[in-house]
Amino acid sequence: MKEVVILSGKGGTGKTSLVGSFAALAQSKVLVDCDVDAADLHLLLSPAVKETHEFWSGQVATIDEAKCTGCGLCQEVCRFEAINDFRVDPIACEGCGFCYQVCPAEAISMAECLSGHWLISDTRYGPLVHARLGIAQENSGKLVALVRQKARQIAGKEGLHYIISDGPPGIGCPVISSLTGANLALLVTEPTLSGMHDLLRVLGVCRHFGVPAMVCINKYDLNDDNSQQIERYCLDQGAEVVSRIPFDNVFTEALVRGQPVVAYSSGKVSQEIKSLWQRISHTLEGERR
Amino acid sequence: MIIATASGKGGTGKTLVATSLALALKDRYSLQLVDCDVEEPNAHIFMKPVITNSEAVSIPVPSIDEDKCTYCGKCAEVCAYNALAVINGHILTFPELCHGCGACGYLCPEKAITEAARIIGVVETGYADGIAFAQGKLAVGEAMAPPIIRRVKSLINDNGIFIIDVPPGTSCPVVESVQGSDFCLLVTEPTPFGLNDLALAVAMVRKLDIPCGVVLNRAGTGDSQIHDYCQKEGIPVLLTIPLDTEIARLYSRGITLVSGLPEWRHSFTRLFDQIEEIVRERSRNTER
Repeated sequence: MKEVVILSGKGGTGKTSLVGSFAALAQSKVLVDCDVDAADLHLLLSPAVKETHEFWSGQVATIDEAKCTGCGLCQEVCRFEAINDFRVDPIACEGCGFCYQVCPAEAISMAECLSGHWLISDTRYGPLVHARLGIAQENSGKLVALVRQKARQIAGKEGLHYIISDGPPGIGCPVISSLTGANLALLVTEPTLSGMHDLLRVLGVCRHFGVPAMVCINKYDLNDDNSQQIERYCLDQGAEVVSRIPFDNVFTEALVRGQPVVAYSSGKVSQEIKSLWQRISHTLEGERR
Repeated sequence: MIIATASGKGGTGKTLVATSLALALKDRYSLQLVDCDVEEPNAHIFMKPVITNSEAVSIPVPSIDEDKCTYCGKCAEVCAYNALAVINGHILTFPELCHGCGACGYLCPEKAITEAARIIGVVETGYADGIAFAQGKLAVGEAMAPPIIRRVKSLINDNGIFIIDVPPGTSCPVVESVQGSDFCLLVTEPTPFGLNDLALAVAMVRKLDIPCGVVLNRAGTGDSQIHDYCQKEGIPVLLTIPLDTEIARLYSRGITLVSGLPEWRHSFTRLFDQIEEIVRERSRNTER
């Protein structure tokens, strides 16, 4: 079983469009959407939901007004400014339970909260594990870990070879949760100063957690100088640029039709994505071209 | 007034809008641009600020005095994040799991726990082109963005206009960034991804009870569903920016829209006038 995660640092560089295409190209795989707070992969795969599960996570404090003596100790110890006038702001509460531990009147209780849902679906390309984090909820990292674990279970049970995972933007908690223990990270960037800046940071995260990375430059012809600079930098860092995809509206056209690019068009972009997937699968098998 | 630029989906143009809005207004108001996308801060690329102050952000993590520790296990019992473990006369700490709540130290019966600062990032302040500038940066390999966002936002006072560049998504770092704003601009693009994530972002700002308006970027490609959605939901589309390779090229070189194409300046001052009107109208309604 081999797992590849698609990351980018900067959002909107084309992660989900590529994963949708890999879904159509790869044999024997489970798909995972690890971008649990703005999940989009389902829009390309028209999933039929088979199972929906609740995701209970994180504790939130509640103060029982009848028992509260108004001593204010809870408010004093809380470092997250979550208690004001003896009321807990559930959005600010980090669930540490400090207030619950110290309340002399035992007026505070801690309860798990429903933070979202995770789903197993069938798609025309194979099983998809995805999730919906509740609006303004915490613990996206735990939900990411959970969907990855479910994907591994499905792959194990059904004897599927690849896990292809659509990662979130950024470099923080949900990214780390998507990355740790994966066999390979594909970093999708664009030749803009923002894209390059963010690539360097996410490349640093891959190195920090010891996951090998390869790079794809999307819209490479938008700025040739920047693209060349990315190539040089990646060479220095030991992360090879394995694909250069031209700026083409075909991504948007396919997306509007709810299809992966490779299913919608057989043009240049689709050819490039096909050889990119070949390259990824060879790398996952430990073969070098 | 605090204006947040958020989006749900990444790469729709939050930073493009935040930087051009700031530059278009700087002659009229005392202005500060605050980059809360601490995982991938990009506003500095366009603003090229002179950084005058840099301050490490740390969270307090437990430090055990083993001479005093009796390995009673109370600290591990109260820690909600499993950042402490006591096993057979040994105590282990896992600083990267610690949220810095302070419960272990307070509740240790032997007073054997003090706190040590663990640096997770930095907050930088300075100025650019007559605009006060502040940004947070999460250190590579660190997971927790919210403490850095809280620190950057603590620099916001009551005077003038504050424009906050928000990270993508709808979860804790986004809520932390948007909370307390007077208005939230939601930047989107006319694709099914843009629409899906716009609806999530709208639900988020409504939960926080913050008025919002849409900036539609890369208009002319994709489909017309964003307009239909905004009409149905009663959300104003305040600015439309077309799909234009010239704009994309300027962006790729780190040049703001209003500097590269000055004719856009007027569109951004008008955008602000509309925001001001909505915020004023709303405060009139709440006074009543």
